[in-house]
Amino acid sequence: MAEWVSLAEAIAAGVRDGDTVAMEGFTHLIPFAAGHEIIRQKRRDLSLIRMTPDLIYDQLIGAGCAKKLTFSWGGNPGVGSLHRFRDAVENDWPAPLEIEERSHSDLANAYVTGAANLPFAVLRGYTGSDFARVNDRIRSITCPFTGEVLAATPSVRPDVAIIHAQKADWKGNVLLWGIIGVQKEAVLAAKTAIITVEERVRSLDAAPNACVLPSWVVTAVCEVPRGASPSYAHGYYERDNLFYRTWDQISRERDRFMCWLNQHVLETRDFSEYLKLQGDPHVQAVYQ
Amino acid sequence: MSSSFTADEIMTIAASRMLRNGAVCFVGIGLPSTAANLARLTHAPDAVLVYESGPIGAKPPVLPLSIGDGNLAETADTVVSTPEIFRYWLQGGRIDVGFLGAAQLDRFANINTTVVGTYDKPKVRLPGAGGAPEISSSAKEVVIIVKQSKRTFVEKLDFVTSVGFLHGGDSRECAGLTGKGPVAIITDLCILHPDPVTREMKVASIHPRVSRDTISTNTGWSIQFADSCTETEPPSPQELQVLRDLKARTAAAHGAQGEAA
Repeated sequence: MAEWVSLAEAIAAGVRDGDTVAMEGFTHLIPFAAGHEIIRQKRRDLSLIRMTPDLIYDQLIGAGCAKKLTFSWGGNPGVGSLHRFRDAVENDWPAPLEIEERSHSDLANAYVTGAANLPFAVLRGYTGSDFARVNDRIRSITCPFTGEVLAATPSVRPDVAIIHAQKADWKGNVLLWGIIGVQKEAVLAAKTAIITVEERVRSLDAAPNACVLPSWVVTAVCEVPRGASPSYAHGYYERDNLFYRTWDQISRERDRFMCWLNQHVLETRDFSEYLKLQGDPHVQAVYQ
Repeated sequence: MSSSFTADEIMTIAASRMLRNGAVCFVGIGLPSTAANLARLTHAPDAVLVYESGPIGAKPPVLPLSIGDGNLAETADTVVSTPEIFRYWLQGGRIDVGFLGAAQLDRFANINTTVVGTYDKPKVRLPGAGGAPEISSSAKEVVIIVKQSKRTFVEKLDFVTSVGFLHGGDSRECAGLTGKGPVAIITDLCILHPDPVTREMKVASIHPRVSRDTISTNTGWSIQFADSCTETEPPSPQELQVLRDLKARTAAAHGAQGEAA
C-alpha cells in the first residue's frame, strides 16, 4: 500500500547512495521536484536511467549525484545540448560519468521486459549500427523458430522508479493521462516506486482503461503541486519553454550553474520555495 | 511567376512534397516536423502524423517545441505509451515514411547522431540515437532532411547510429532490415536519391540558383550527379504562404523565434 508522505521523507527513506534510479516522463510529467530533493539530500554514486535525460538529469549530473547514466537521447528538447551532461562526458566534470547508451526502442522494450520479470528484450533496430561495438550489453539472439538474428538487451530493473502524475486518491491509487511515456513500465519494473502528484483527491473518477497505478504497486505518494515544472502536467499547467531556453545559458558555464544550483536548489527548503524563486523577477533577472 | 524564397524554405517545402496524402508518417522534431505539418496543411490533409512520444494522428495548430508538447496529445486520434509506439506501430510495420534529421551522414545515407571524434573521448557529445535506429530500420521508407555542408556530409562517419544502405549494393537487404531505406535526402541545396544499383546517394534535383560547384564544395566526398538530374520546382506562392503563416503562428504561440531545429 502506498503511504502518503512528504517528498523529503520519501526520498530520505527510498533513495540510497549507490542506488539505480529511473525517473521517467517523456517531455510531459517530468519529476523535477523529486530530482531537486535528491540533489538537496546530496545522494551520491547513483546509476541513473532515463530515455530522455533532459534538464533534471543535467542538474543531477552537474550536482555530482551520478556515477552512471543509461539513456537513449540526451539533449535539451527543442533547444540543443545538455551542457552539464556534455561537460561530464567530455571533461569528467564534476566527476567521470560512465555511460550506457541505447536507443529509445531498446529502453522502452527493456522497461517492458523488466516489468514482465523477463531477463532481456528483443528488437531489430541495432542491425548494422555501431552500438554493439561500444556497449557490450547489446548482444544478439537467434530466433528458435525462424533463425532470424535479433538484438538482445538486458531488462531495466531499477532499485527505485520516480514519476510525477496528475492525481492520487486518499488510498494512493495514482492516475496519469496525456503523454504517458514509459512511466507505468518503469514503476512495475522497479523494486520501489515514489510518485509525486499534482493533487490528492477523494476519487479518481477514471475511465476503465485509464492509466491507473494501484496503490499496492506504489511505495510512497507525495502531493507536490507543479512538481513537474518546468515540464508540464496536462490539464494543470503548460510547459515553461522559456525556462528550457534560459537553461541553455544557466548551464553553459560551471560557475554560473553552481551559483544557480546553490541559490535555487541547495539553499531552498523545498520545491514550493524553489517555485517562489522562479516567480521572483529580481532573482530571474540575474539568470536571463 | 517567381517569388523569392530562402534556402531553408525550399528545403522544407521540397521535403513536404515527399509525403503523399494518406501516408502514415513518423516525425522527428525540428525540420522533419515542420515539413510534415506543411504537407498536412497543403497537399496531404489526410497524412497521419505519428510522434515517438505517443500521439498518433496529431494535428498541431502550431509547431511543437518538443517531441511531447501538449498540443500533439490534444489533437491526436489517440495517444499510446512509448513502448507501444515502438513495438506495435513502428516495428509492427505500420509506418509508411520516417522523416529523420542527421548530424553527419555518408554517401550511403548512414547517419551519425552520437559523437564527433572517438566514442570514449569525443570532441562533441551529440544527443544520441533517440528513435532513429528503429525508424531507419522499420519504416517502409525514410526521408532525411539536413542542411548540406562538409561538416555534415562526410567521407566516413565517426559513429553509425542509424543505418541507410550500409556499404551500398544489397548490403542493407542482406543484413535483414525490413524497410526499404532512405528514398531521398533533402538539403538546402538539392535533392539526392539512391542509385538503383550501388545505392550511393546521387544528386537528382538541384534547387534554383544553386550551382553544381556549390554542392560539390559542400560535400565531404566526390558527390555524383544523376544523368537525369533536373532543377527542383520552385516553391509555389501557396506553399510559401502556408509555411510562413505556420511559422508566424508558431512564433506567436511560443513567444519567441518559433521551433528550434
